[in-house]
Amino acid sequence: MFHRHRGLAPYLLLAPGVLFLVVFFAVPLGFLGYQSLQSGNIDFGYAFTWSWGNYWNAIHDYRAQFIRSLEYAGIATLLALVVSYPVAYWIAFRGGRWKNLLLLFIVAPFFVTYLIRTLAWETILSDNGFVVNTLQSLHVLGPSGRLLATSTAVVTGITYNFLPFMALPLYVSLEQIDARLIEAAEDLYASKLHAFLRVTLPLSLPGVVAGTLLTFIPAAGDFINAQLLGSPDNHMIGNVIQSKFLELTDYPAAAAMSFILMAGILLAVVLYARAVGTEQLTGTTA
Amino acid sequence: MTTIAIERRPGPPSVFAKTWAFVRRHVLAAYSILFFVYLLLPIAVVVVFSFNNPTGKFNYTWQGFTWDNWRYWDGVPGIRSAIFLSLEIALVASLVATALGTLIALALVRYNFRGRGSTNILIFLPLSTPEIVLGASLLTLFLNLNVVFGFWTILIAHIMFCISFAVVTIKARLVGFDRHLEEAAMDLGANEWKTFQKVTLPLTAPAILAALLLCFAISIDDFVVTYFNSGSKVTFPLFVWGAARIGAPPQVNVIGTAIFAVAVTAMLFNVLYQRRREVRA
Repeated sequence: MFHRHRGLAPYLLLAPGVLFLVVFFAVPLGFLGYQSLQSGNIDFGYAFTWSWGNYWNAIHDYRAQFIRSLEYAGIATLLALVVSYPVAYWIAFRGGRWKNLLLLFIVAPFFVTYLIRTLAWETILSDNGFVVNTLQSLHVLGPSGRLLATSTAVVTGITYNFLPFMALPLYVSLEQIDARLIEAAEDLYASKLHAFLRVTLPLSLPGVVAGTLLTFIPAAGDFINAQLLGSPDNHMIGNVIQSKFLELTDYPAAAAMSFILMAGILLAVVLYARAVGTEQLTGTTA
Repeated sequence: MTTIAIERRPGPPSVFAKTWAFVRRHVLAAYSILFFVYLLLPIAVVVVFSFNNPTGKFNYTWQGFTWDNWRYWDGVPGIRSAIFLSLEIALVASLVATALGTLIALALVRYNFRGRGSTNILIFLPLSTPEIVLGASLLTLFLNLNVVFGFWTILIAHIMFCISFAVVTIKARLVGFDRHLEEAAMDLGANEWKTFQKVTLPLTAPAILAALLLCFAISIDDFVVTYFNSGSKVTFPLFVWGAARIGAPPQVNVIGTAIFAVAVTAMLFNVLYQRRREVRA
């Protein structure tokens, strides 16, 4: 009796939460797939007709937005990596007793509502804001040049909004590095640069991989930055999905696009995992 | 150039060398400070513009200082109900998600059972799915089942995306948990429930609290999933979205600043508390 009870215990603990996730996460994905193969319209109703044409139409009509999403997300991820690596390094190795406080600064932007943060960038980059004025007086921008409604603004916004997702995993992996390993490399006559390239950087790779994924995935599906900081020329696939679902009520097309977005992200992640090695992805090297 | 190098004698380092050494030593710190300025600049804008006194409906340029936005924080129609709805959803969603997440984390850390791998995947997947897909798929579920959109659909959506965060947070803490402490309690005559109550729960309480706060923060900030499943209900982020189309009033900055201040104060207390504990240890 006791043994049976023990065997059942984990399932009893799991049941409520797992059931919730199955019903409201897994099953809805099935409904999304079901919807994506329907045809019809909102007035006369939709019928399931295996209409794979929704997928071809989506790719055909919105190829530019799909490619733009991956492109913007890719650039923003790379920027976030380059911008935050030195800071994560500095906090991990030089932060001393201020580490926690400095980390608090990194997550601070998260405490301002996402939309308000992005609206603040709209203010900063606006046509008569100080950034545009400065750039104009330095002749970097022409007198009628602007930042708002450009791809630069959208990529800047995405980079900023997902920066903590990059910086925190980087910090965690750098913080775990045993400083004696770097000393050993230097004792063995490696230059500082060499020690960094051959010891520190490889050991921080799990953080780089985690950070890139955590940044890239939400960035590719984002539509808020493109909506608030860009023009229709900068719209990403998220903007199209959002308007098809909520404004045009073209559910099958929107559902097909959501699936393509998921497949595209999955493909990018798999290719990336191939390139860096799967052990890095699961973080089991150490 | 070479003659200069030959003529230089060993002696006190030149101003140039000193400066270079100084730059090299502090370049990382200087860069980091610039980074933090960049990070905090939009927040400063949010705070400053909450005191702006805009003449038109656009709160983009500085017009003059006023306390009015703070005094009449709910002076814009709809903002008060939006804030209360957000608070209500965040409170219930974080409580439910953390409860469900704690149970899952306990099962995953404590037991070896069939289906453990697939459970881990089920927890991981929502975290690696773009929000727009989470929102869209829930929308199709509710549409196909003819569910009326509103409070309940928003709540379900928030619990759904919070569970995984709660599990991950609590699991990280439970993995480092010393099972011997529980065994000791049992050896001293405590039964399973008593052990859980007196040993397990107090030791995991900080992790549960952290999960609760994280879920609350994620829920109150969520826009995308809510936007897809809200029907005609308006949470605070949805209010901001609607207001942004016609020019967001400064009251939006007031609420943004207030949420920020509360969250940072809570985090600061946490940091200081941990520091004190470390000092004592």
